[in-house]
Order: sequence, then structure tokens, then C-alpha cells
Amino acid sequence: MLSQFAASLVDGLLIGFVYGVAAMGLTLIWGVIKIINLAHGAILALAMFGLYYLVSWGGLNPYVALPLVAIGGLLAGYGIYVIAVRRVVNAPPLSSLLATFAVNMMIIGTATTVFTTSPYSVTFDAGRVSAGFVTVPGTRIVATVAAIIVTGALYLFLYRSRTGRAIRAVANNRDAAELMGIPSGRILALSFGLGTMLAAVAGGLIATFFPFTILSGDAYQLKSFVIVVLGGLGNPLGALAGGLILGGLEGVVQVFTSASWVPVIEFGLFVIILLVRPNGIFAGRR
Amino acid sequence: MRTIGQLRRFAGAGLLAAALVGCQAAASPSATGGGGSPPAGGPAKTIVIGFTTSQTGSLNVESTRQQHGLQLWIDDVNKAGGIKLSDGTAITFQAKTYDDESKADRIQELYTKLINDDKADFLISPYSSGLADASAVIAEQYTKIMVTTGAASDGTYKKGYSHVYQAYTPASHYLTGAADLLAKLDGSAKKIAIVHENDKFSSDVAKALTDYATKKAYQIVVNEGYDSGATDFASFVNKISAASPDAVMGGGHFADTSTFAKQLHEKGVKPKMVALLVAPPEPKFAEIGDAALGIIGPSQWEPTVKFSEEAAKTAGATWLGPKVDAFVSGYKAAYNEDPSYHSAGGYAAGLILQAAIQAAGSTDADKVKAAMDGLNMMTFFGLTKFDTGAEAHGLQVAHEMVYIQWQKGPSDKLAKQVVWPELAKTAEAVYPIP
Repeated sequence: MLSQFAASLVDGLLIGFVYGVAAMGLTLIWGVIKIINLAHGAILALAMFGLYYLVSWGGLNPYVALPLVAIGGLLAGYGIYVIAVRRVVNAPPLSSLLATFAVNMMIIGTATTVFTTSPYSVTFDAGRVSAGFVTVPGTRIVATVAAIIVTGALYLFLYRSRTGRAIRAVANNRDAAELMGIPSGRILALSFGLGTMLAAVAGGLIATFFPFTILSGDAYQLKSFVIVVLGGLGNPLGALAGGLILGGLEGVVQVFTSASWVPVIEFGLFVIILLVRPNGIFAGRR
Repeated sequence: MRTIGQLRRFAGAGLLAAALVGCQAAASPSATGGGGSPPAGGPAKTIVIGFTTSQTGSLNVESTRQQHGLQLWIDDVNKAGGIKLSDGTAITFQAKTYDDESKADRIQELYTKLINDDKADFLISPYSSGLADASAVIAEQYTKIMVTTGAASDGTYKKGYSHVYQAYTPASHYLTGAADLLAKLDGSAKKIAIVHENDKFSSDVAKALTDYATKKAYQIVVNEGYDSGATDFASFVNKISAASPDAVMGGGHFADTSTFAKQLHEKGVKPKMVALLVAPPEPKFAEIGDAALGIIGPSQWEPTVKFSEEAAKTAGATWLGPKVDAFVSGYKAAYNEDPSYHSAGGYAAGLILQAAIQAAGSTDADKVKAAMDGLNMMTFFGLTKFDTGAEAHGLQVAHEMVYIQWQKGPSDKLAKQVVWPELAKTAEAVYPIP
């Protein structure tokens, strides 16, 4: 039982890192632009297809293709912001929600027609790593390392670069930032792009683990919502921590009960956090 | 003495008689049907075969192969001029199909459409027990004869239907042979782990296997179901690793079973035997690479089976249709891929219908039904005979499974070998898995 517990906990934590990256994207957009991106799952799933085609048609190694997918996510987000979100940024929250929801439906509809709903998978064997009674596929290890690198890079960008500081300024007080000469429109577009880029990175990494369809993004979008609330809205490091908590919980729950209980427990936790600590476990850190 | 008038009348009558005889000769149908269509002389009739195909969704791979097999049968029969009835009518066939998207809630609407709008005369089921079960309801409701193929679940035939006939070996016999094989290979094996999809078919197989294995004194150390469409089997693999079984059995349909096999390998879990449903016999299964090595799968049919006219005679059954080699080469030529057992099942469903129509000498539904009840035939696919009792009418009682295993061939390439039953095998089973 202990060996199973340890193995499942490790599995859960490793995938939790990837959940964290996905949630970071959502929380960044919320923190800076104050909107909820309902196209988060669709972008994540599109990234999976992007990786698939780069690997199977382009013959690239998935980890070489990943930065290309990330750049694609950044550009896609920038484009979505400029086309769909820009005009509703200052409108009531419902308008921006509907705008991103519309983008979500358009992406899913087009992709279903193009790719159909048959599952795709990226066949890539990265070997395995064993330590005692825990054996982890190589793809999970690489994904965890990638997640940590991406988180570190994001942190450095936000806290050590001019543009990062501008983003934090706009997040803090958009009007004041504009008065300081920061081009808030461009910063907002960049932030949206960064958010979708993180979703794309998460999608690309998940594609190396599991088969997927264009609808696969929905499950991760839901998890991202739970994690964002867990970690505190607008707090990227909180999102990573929340991802680890959720991933670990998922892994461990399945040791004791059937997998069908996992969503019940996840969303039960969601409700409890909203009731007890609505600002998240790591609230107070920005 | 004959008058000129009498002579003229005599000549006129004679000419008329000659003309009538001449017309008769021209109108009688030719002795042989001849090759291509349309058949020379005699009435022709086109029968509409209605079915749905999963052109999209998770059942896409298997369903398309099944449809290819059925279409090949239609093409072969039509090319030969159709089925000849005793009164000279030539029956040709036409397929009518829709996309069911691998979803049960599309089935009833589409089959009703096939019956009412497209006037389908006979029906073939979609691929998979769940979808076939949904379609059987409609077939029975409209009293249309349906041959189910790609559908093994026993439950469908225990509902009191009388118009639904099963081509496949039932689910209850799917993995019981794997337990027999395990007993033969390793008398000391004691523990079996069962991980299966939570759908109708896989659950039926798992239940039958659990009952059979328990009777044979095996210990079932893991017995878990996963949701259809699950992609993360890490927790199941961990459970299996912790329980250290001698054999792992189960699976579901192609996508989830391949992923499960891949993740077993990725996590380095090495049971001595792994027997999984549906996916291993598919040529596409080898795409998971080394993870496929040693995996055993039950198959409704393999290209290396030994069914023939002689075997039919020995079994006391009537033979119909192409030889095994002829089917394989014909399918390859038509679709540029190797046939899987889903393809064979599709073609066999057509042959079953053909046999019933020929035996009945008519396309009348009641006569064909009576003929179906009385069928005892063998094709390249194997034996076909139906249960005609009230409790399980239409259940397949003669067709048996063969078990394949992926082994490394001479050039280190993965290839399928039939390892069970003894009579059908092409190679010894590799045990334990290397």
C-alpha cells in the first residue's frame, strides 16, 4: 500500500507541475487584464495538435517542437486579444466572458471539422527513471523540468525586466500606469499572449503523455479554474503550488477509491476554498 | 383440291406460328447469368443494406475497417451478377450509411431514418456492443432482420429479440481462452489482475473472465474499471505494480487499450502475461513500439486461420464465400491495407445474409428469418450458427476466438503470431514477456 501511495503521489505531483503551468496562464490573464479566458482549454488543445503535426509531419523531436508551439501560443493570444478582447476590456465582466467563450466555440467548431473527434497521440519514448518502488516515464520528468524552467523564466521576466515591471504596473493600476507613459493596450495584449503561451506549453507537454482530441482541453480548463482559486487569483507562484496540490490529491485519491470520485473531490475542494478562504490559500502575495 | 384461298390461309397461319416461335426464343432468359452487371434477361432487384459507421469519434479505426469489409462483400456479389434466386431474379445490393460519431444517442435516430426514409431491407449493426445494442432496439421494433458484427456483448441477445443475429463470438468467451493459455503455460501462476473499460462489452468480458478464472482457482488481485475515454492509467498501473500479478488481463477498445499497454511499459511494469481486448490484433497496435512486445489479444479472426471447404465438410457445415487467401488479397487490393478481424467480420455479416437469402430462395423477410434460424455454415471467418431458443435468440454459438501475440520476427520486426488454440497456432507463446 505504501509503495502504491508513494508511486501515485509522485505521479500526481509530476503532472501537477504541468497543471500549474496551465493555471499560471489563466491566472496571469485574470491578474493583469481582469478577465476570465474561456478559450483557455481550446488553446491548450490546439497546442496539442500543433505539437502532433510538428512531430509527425515535421519529424521534429517533441521537445524541440515545444518552443515553436509556445511561440504559436503567444502569437495566437496576441491575435485573439486584438480581434476579440480589446474592445470589451473595460466593459462589464459578462461581455469579456462572452467574447472569450465565443472564441472558444469557434476554435472547437473549426477544429472538430478539420481534425474530427478521433483521438490523436504523439508516440515518443523517453525511457523511464526508477527509484525504489517508484518508476516514472521519462516524458513526465522532462515535463516537470520544463515546467520549472518556464516558471523561473516567467518570474524573472515579471520581476527583473522593464516589460515585466510594466505588466505588474498595469495589473496594479491601469490608469496610473498609463499616466506613467506605459502603453497599456500593448501590455494587455502581451499579457494575454503570455497567458495563452503558458496554456500552449502545458498542452504541448500533456500531448507527450496522453492521447487527445480537440475536446481534451476542457478537462484541463476546469482544473485550471480550481487551481487558480486554490492559489489565489492573479498569483502565478500560487498557481504552481495549487497545481501541485491538485495533482497530488488526484494521484492519492485513486489509491483509495475509484477514479470516478476524483472530480467530486476536486470540486468539493473548490467549493470549500471559496467558502473558507475565497482569496486562495496563498492570498496576500502578489 | 386446295383453293388458292386455303393455301394463302395455310401460309399465313404458318408464318404467324413461325413468328410466334421466333419471339418466344428471343424472350427466354439466357442459360447462364454471365459476368458483369446488369444481368442479362430476367428481373433484377436491388436490396438496400442499412447501417451506420463511426466516421468520427473514438471508434473510428475499427468501424471503418468493418465498413470496408461489408462494402467489399457488396462489390464482390454485385460484380458476380448478384445472388440468383430460383425464379431467375438477380439480387444486387446497395449500401446506405450515416456517421454515428461513435455516440449511442445518434444511433436510434439514424437507424429509424435508414428504415423509414432509405427503405433499408436488411440492417447491419454499427461497430461496438454499445452501439449495436442501441441499434438492435430499432431493428426489433420495426421487425427488420439485423446481423450484428463488431458486437460481442451477450446481453443484447437476452432481451427477447427475434430479429437480431450475432456474427461474432460472444463476450463471455473472449478472455476465457487466455486463462486456459495461462494454465497451459505456467501451472504455478496464481494471480491475475483485471483492468477493464467500464462499458457494456468490456464489463461483460471482465465479469465472464472473473467467474471463469475464479472457478479455475486463480486469485483476482485487482479488478477495476476505468471510464471510457480515460487517458491516464497511472493509478491502475501503480495498483498492478503493488499487487504483483502473474498476468494482467482486460482493456476495452482500441484507443484506451493501446494507451494502457503503452503506460504499463512506460512505468516498467512487467507481468509474465498481458492479454488485452480489441487493440492487439489490430495492425496499428504495433505503432506503440516495444510496448507491444509479448502482448496477447483475442481475435475473432486472423489471416492465418485454416477454415476451408474441407474443414466445413468435416464440421458438417455448408461452405460459402471466398477462401481465406482470396479474401485477404481482395481486401488488400481494394483498400491498400491488411484486413483486421473487424474487416473480416464486416464481410462475414454480408455472407451470412447472402446464405440466408439463398437458402430462403427469396428476399421476403419471414422466409429469410426462417433461413437464418436454420443456418449452419462456415466461411473464411469461421463457423456460424445461431441460438434459436427463446432465452438467447440470435446469440452466436459456433464461432470461436483465436489468440495472437506480438513477437519479434527474424529481422527484429514486431509481427503477430497465433498462439492459441493449439489447432490454430502458428508459433509457441512467448512466456514470460521478455
